Amino acid sequence: MANPSYAHHDDHHDHKPGFVSRWFFSTNHKDIGTLYIIFSLVAAVVGIGISLLMRLELMYPGMQIFSDGQMWNAYISAHGLIMVFFVVMPALIGGFGNWFVPIMIGAPDMAFPRMNNISFWLLVPAFMLLAASLFVGEGPGAGWTIYPPLSDSTFHSGPAMDLALFSLHLAGASSIMGAANLVTAFLLLLAVPVLAGAITMLITDRNFGTAFFRPEGGGDPVLFQHLFWFFGHPEVYIMILPGFGIISHIISTFILILPGFGMISHIVSTFSKKPVFGYLGMAYAMVAIGGIGFVVWAHHMFTVGLSLQTQSYFVFATMVIAVPTGVKIFSWIATMWGGSMRLDTPMLFAIGFIFLFTVGGVTGVVLANAGIDQVLHNTYYVVAHFHYVLSLGAVFSIYAGFYYWIGKMCGRQYPETLGKVHFWMTFIGVNLTFFPMHFSGNQGMPRRYPDYPEAFWGWNYVASIGSLISVASFLFFFYIVWVTLRSGAKAAANPWGAGATTLEWQVASPPPFHTFEEIPRMR
Amino acid sequence: MKVFMAKCRAFGLGKLMAGVAALAMGLVLAVPALAESMVGAPAPWGMGLQPSGGVIKERISSFNSMVFWIITVITIFVLILLAYCVWRFREERNPVPSTTSHHTGLEIAWTVIPVLILLVIAIPSFRLLYFQDRAVDADMTITVQGRQWYWNYTYADHGNFTFDSYPIQEADLKPGQIFKLSVDNELVIPVGASIRVLTTGHDVIHSFFVPALGIQKYTIPGRTLETWMRADRPGIFYGQCNQICGTNHWFMPIAVRAVPRAEFDTWVADAQKRFAQADGSAPVIAAAPASQDSLQIAEARR
Ligand code: HEM
Ligand SMILES: [Cu+2]
Ligand SMILES: [Cu+2]
Repeated sequence: MANPSYAHHDDHHDHKPGFVSRWFFSTNHKDIGTLYIIFSLVAAVVGIGISLLMRLELMYPGMQIFSDGQMWNAYISAHGLIMVFFVVMPALIGGFGNWFVPIMIGAPDMAFPRMNNISFWLLVPAFMLLAASLFVGEGPGAGWTIYPPLSDSTFHSGPAMDLALFSLHLAGASSIMGAANLVTAFLLLLAVPVLAGAITMLITDRNFGTAFFRPEGGGDPVLFQHLFWFFGHPEVYIMILPGFGIISHIISTFILILPGFGMISHIVSTFSKKPVFGYLGMAYAMVAIGGIGFVVWAHHMFTVGLSLQTQSYFVFATMVIAVPTGVKIFSWIATMWGGSMRLDTPMLFAIGFIFLFTVGGVTGVVLANAGIDQVLHNTYYVVAHFHYVLSLGAVFSIYAGFYYWIGKMCGRQYPETLGKVHFWMTFIGVNLTFFPMHFSGNQGMPRRYPDYPEAFWGWNYVASIGSLISVASFLFFFYIVWVTLRSGAKAAANPWGAGATTLEWQVASPPPFHTFEEIPRMR
Repeated sequence: MKVFMAKCRAFGLGKLMAGVAALAMGLVLAVPALAESMVGAPAPWGMGLQPSGGVIKERISSFNSMVFWIITVITIFVLILLAYCVWRFREERNPVPSTTSHHTGLEIAWTVIPVLILLVIAIPSFRLLYFQDRAVDADMTITVQGRQWYWNYTYADHGNFTFDSYPIQEADLKPGQIFKLSVDNELVIPVGASIRVLTTGHDVIHSFFVPALGIQKYTIPGRTLETWMRADRPGIFYGQCNQICGTNHWFMPIAVRAVPRAEFDTWVADAQKRFAQADGSAPVIAAAPASQDSLQIAEARR
């Protein structure tokens, strides 16, 4: 175990810089982590606010909130891009990754602290560009997948689309620089440049007369889809996968930290007071998911006219991913099995995560069958699938991480009862929102529709009610944050008891400005 | 809109009883009614796939049910395990945690059993994929083109006539027509004929999607894609554009009407007079359908 006396030992070195240099020129991993978390909360207010407008629009057939389809398309595109690039990635990788990876591995700070700073500060203009694009001309209405020709200058002639594309460029650069610090870079380094290339080609198609994706100039719109999903599939997984670069650390220190999977493993193990079950299998499963994740992209493209052989391959490869996914789920359960479980709020969110992720995983297996996908592609079934795995998976792990670490981060513990109420509100709300989408999807309701035939009304209505509950639970979360910061009980160095064995629980809550000035000794 | 809201509110007990009665009657009458003429459209509160209008969709449905049962069992299994853990292994009931963190047998089992389950899924999956890819022996060819925001259909084997298909505005609906699904010119096909569908693009990407016939293909500018469909029951099958394509993406429905062969021939004769040819020349007057023979095959197959 690490020596618990660092906390005191460090105090008199704890000279904090002034406000501007502390928060604007910050190179301190904890401060940058805090900035990321605040940023992602702000972005979440915008992104979730838009989703509320969308659900209100869809509560009844007919147009009620949006003036026309183009405006609708712009807002749904913004919703997707905001949630992916400005909420989930910043919270999981930028926020918790920055805060806790260095502490857990006993490092004084990130390897490249200045790059860490610019990675955050790139996100701010990126977000501003995207927000601005909504108010320029007709907005960027091509979906978060920005397929040409719809996204090229013939069909989106104004500057709005260019703003959105530049925003993506900045967000991508930010991700890469942020990830270079965590060894997650491996995944992102392979994926993001492909997106950057595709976006650059789209920008030159739009503005400089090239024809990479323009059929009339010999280009190919399907090429864009290949490039986009070569990035896109790994990207959606990155949000849920841990950086498995730190697996070497994991093996020695038993820390399975980082987004989604890693955090969940960690929390399940802490609260069951047992080590992670099947540790090596878990590590291999993550490597497998990350690796195979790069060779399944065309399962998003079963209806673009791929040859039979190509489709067969992508069906097969996609199904293979389900195996390591199953390994993770069963290993988490086995970690709980025989444990001595505390059901505090973080653990509730972790268990909720496992269930939601299972639901999303099995519908993924349905969609992996190109034969069935022919009637489910682009319907609400797909929307249900990816909200279960991605949105709920990621959001539940963010909440789990938040409740787990908030005491450590700010020195005050959240109110437990309110946390539990928040869990149940969220769990009921999101299931009511997204489960009925399987039904409307089965029935053939296409996604990205602001208005629909009356027959689709019922489940849409239920989903909208569910979203009201979900939004209420989100507001309730802010209330909890407020209560915690104002009047939360003082957090002990370790509020979680015997299960919490990792380094961050050995230091004071909150940790001193410089957590470790010398490498901690471990046994 | 207002009317609809009122209708939603009136969705009370009385409606529910009437609904149940209608459902019961529907079940009794369903079989002969299907043979008559079916409607392939979403149903209020519908939960599963749409009814099947043809063999491709039938196969999709039956395979989908199999997969559905498998995933349901898996999900319930996981749910039960989770619930059991929460109940049995909470602090109060199990104060001393076990220290087991490996079990090779278990780990092999939860790798190998999923592989086997996936194999069970994969085999019929590939069979379905190969079946639905393209028509083995197409009876006729229709070219489908998605345009902002309507559909264009060309009957290559019947004198190459071509026409546009627009949605019907709410004010112009006739009784029996469905708002946001009905169109002015339906895509008419003979029952039982295997139809080669070629999709081509015009402006942006659209997707030709008719759930009850189990067909979906993008229409991509610069490309021609091939797929097929077959309606084995007369009826009307609705679909909608299924790839975001601009402001009216939500308002470019598809309606495929499957009619008996004779009716189809009459329709073709009339269509040749009404619609221009794809190359822009005047309608052909009374040209004989090019693929009479192949239609005979379709007839025989029925
Ligand atoms: C068992 C594992 C999984 C399988 C077999 C699977 C399979 C699929 C397939 C086949 C599609 C394409 C559906 C279509 O467009 O017709 C899809 C869509 C999607 N999946 Fe998964 N998936 C799995 C897990 C995940 C995970 C873990 C995430 C993210 C955390 C994810 C995120 C998404 C997203 C975002 C889309 C939709 C993208 C879009 O069209 O906008 N999936 N999945
Ligand atoms: Cu994917
Ligand atoms: Cu369209």
